Amino acid sequence: MSTYPDQAATTASPVAFPGAVPPDTVLEIRDLSVVYRTPGGDVRAVDRVNLDLAAGEVVGLAGESGSGKSTLVYGASRLLRAPALITNGSVRYSGRRVSEPVDVLTMKSDELRRLRWREIAIVFQSAMNALNPVLNVRDQMTDVMHAHLRISRDEAREKAASLLDLVGIPRSRLRSYPHELSGGMRQRVMIAMALAIEPEIVIMDEPTTALDVVVQRDILAQVVELKDRLGFSILFITHDLSLLLELADRIAVMYAGHLLEVGSSAEIQHAAAHPYTKGLLNSFPSLHGPRRDLAGIPGSPPDLRKLDPGCPFLPRCAYGTDACTGIDMSLAQVATSADPSHVTSCPFVLPDTPVPTSAAQEVWP
Amino acid sequence: MTEVTSAAAARGPLAMEATGLNKDFRLGRGQKLHAVRDVSLSLYQGAVVALVGESGSGKSTVAKLLAGQEHLTSGSVLLNGEPVDVSTRRAFRRYKSQVQLVFQDPFASLNPAHTVRYHLERPVRLHQHRSSGAEVNKEVEALLEQVRLIPAAAFADKYPHELSGGQRQRVSFARALAARPNVLLADEPVSMLDVSIRLEMLALLDDLRKRFQLAMLYITHDIASARYFADEILVMYAGRIVERGPAEDLTQQPAHPYTQLLVASAPDPDNLGHGLRGLRRSTTAASGPAAAGCPFNPRCPFADDRCREENPPPQLVSPQRSAACWNLDLAAANVSDHAEERQA
Repeated sequence: MSTYPDQAATTASPVAFPGAVPPDTVLEIRDLSVVYRTPGGDVRAVDRVNLDLAAGEVVGLAGESGSGKSTLVYGASRLLRAPALITNGSVRYSGRRVSEPVDVLTMKSDELRRLRWREIAIVFQSAMNALNPVLNVRDQMTDVMHAHLRISRDEAREKAASLLDLVGIPRSRLRSYPHELSGGMRQRVMIAMALAIEPEIVIMDEPTTALDVVVQRDILAQVVELKDRLGFSILFITHDLSLLLELADRIAVMYAGHLLEVGSSAEIQHAAAHPYTKGLLNSFPSLHGPRRDLAGIPGSPPDLRKLDPGCPFLPRCAYGTDACTGIDMSLAQVATSADPSHVTSCPFVLPDTPVPTSAAQEVWP
Repeated sequence: MTEVTSAAAARGPLAMEATGLNKDFRLGRGQKLHAVRDVSLSLYQGAVVALVGESGSGKSTVAKLLAGQEHLTSGSVLLNGEPVDVSTRRAFRRYKSQVQLVFQDPFASLNPAHTVRYHLERPVRLHQHRSSGAEVNKEVEALLEQVRLIPAAAFADKYPHELSGGQRQRVSFARALAARPNVLLADEPVSMLDVSIRLEMLALLDDLRKRFQLAMLYITHDIASARYFADEILVMYAGRIVERGPAEDLTQQPAHPYTQLLVASAPDPDNLGHGLRGLRRSTTAASGPAAAGCPFNPRCPFADDRCREENPPPQLVSPQRSAACWNLDLAAANVSDHAEERQA
């Protein structure tokens, strides 16, 4: 029985995106909270997060390690195991192949099995660990097809071959085992497998972090090309904000379990509102254009077991005041932005707010 | 051989000079892997030389050769003009007190069973020959303060698991400094750290370089950080140095086709929303380096018959720059003019 919670329950929550949700939303994460049960108490890894993904859109989820970005996405696709526990929220999926929206969080295991791969496919970071070392490429790919489609063996084999064409691997590699492939090729095989049955959403969790920049660009250019052709949506998780600025349509910045800012790439690049986003943008040396002054972000990410009330970024924030301990971390439109989808959790700082002189940061070099 | 004046030479006197380094690994059945081929580099006091390349290009092997941890197949390393001797334990220890390595992974390079104090006490006793407990203790705390782990006394008694990734890497910097080295070989020192912390760590390394006049080799796959951090950049491909030059000139006007590909592949935040479309795909990226001729020829848009047969030696691009390419007149038509403009 697909039980989707009544509309009132979802809309009564703090509104994440003031203004209408676009009609072609394929994934709607509302108020999602995930905790890790530990003997020392619950660790709130994801705290009341709202995020949408529209059809054909590339949304980038940026955050440092431990910020909860992977937990958010794995929670939304029901891939978490104990001690992780989803305590709150809904994840509404509506694709072309489902007649009405479904709530992923209330699905039974057989419904989930139909949803996974067919509707939502995931490319994991470590392709070597995600591929089966004792099956060759063709067998892994046809295995997926047989599990989700009624398809003959020959058809599946032909399809596997054409998928390899799609990601630029010679067909001669069909009989290769994962250890015989380079890191880039393995990641391409993972991508080909994710696309094997034309999913609506492809979640990519740091798919290219372990690869060289040249290979990374090559693969991502190919993914975008495939996306344009096949029309899926991408939720792209990475710690590399500079990559997202170029790749994504919209960027969500996550820190200590909260979304701090969401906006289009252009808004984030030119009119970032949240102090953390501003700090991140000043943290990476750029290769192109004139040398900029880099400031970085002092301090280190907080311990989620000992979070103080209010904004988790406060201890590292140059703009911080006592008022920051009282904010509720809900997202509201950036006051100076014309774009209603550009939202921030910081009610005090705007894109053009100058850094307080009392907190003069160390500039390097 | 074309001699290039190193951009790092302006900073200080020559500390370490490696000439014609070669390293082969035996693979069995008579096969050999040429990990490092004819690599020459010089490190100067107070200057940073960056070694940039993809994984498998041999850059870490160069660090191990310079640190005396691998035997050279051929070539020579001079430290302060003296040939390096690591043939005995005692000689190796003497060498290590001048040349120290910092590793990539601060989670693996510290012993989880020992405190920070233990990690620092040993090199202080061994390399600074201090024996009194009070003296050692004072030195340990001074080291922790140098890497800004303050209060030092509190950090000294912590175990690695109680520290964040950035703090652990600070401990490994302190451990390297405990030997009072002249030369610091940093192998991807920040790539395991979070983006927001990397800059701080590079700033710390930069500070230490200035304070102790360290000659530093910075090994990285991130050419953008090398642009900001290093004086001179050496680009490695398939065990060879294919291009070298001052950091700013080389990154802004790359001469070698491989460096050009590397620079073009780095994320460009100003190229907003293009979603990486419209990029000319290097369809042969999956193919490895060539066995004959220039190793980059299968991926090179300028490759011709000569490139497939003969490996190019370094050619001068400007007094401070060289690139190993037969077709520099095509690949880097305007490079030298621009370099001169910038210097003017």
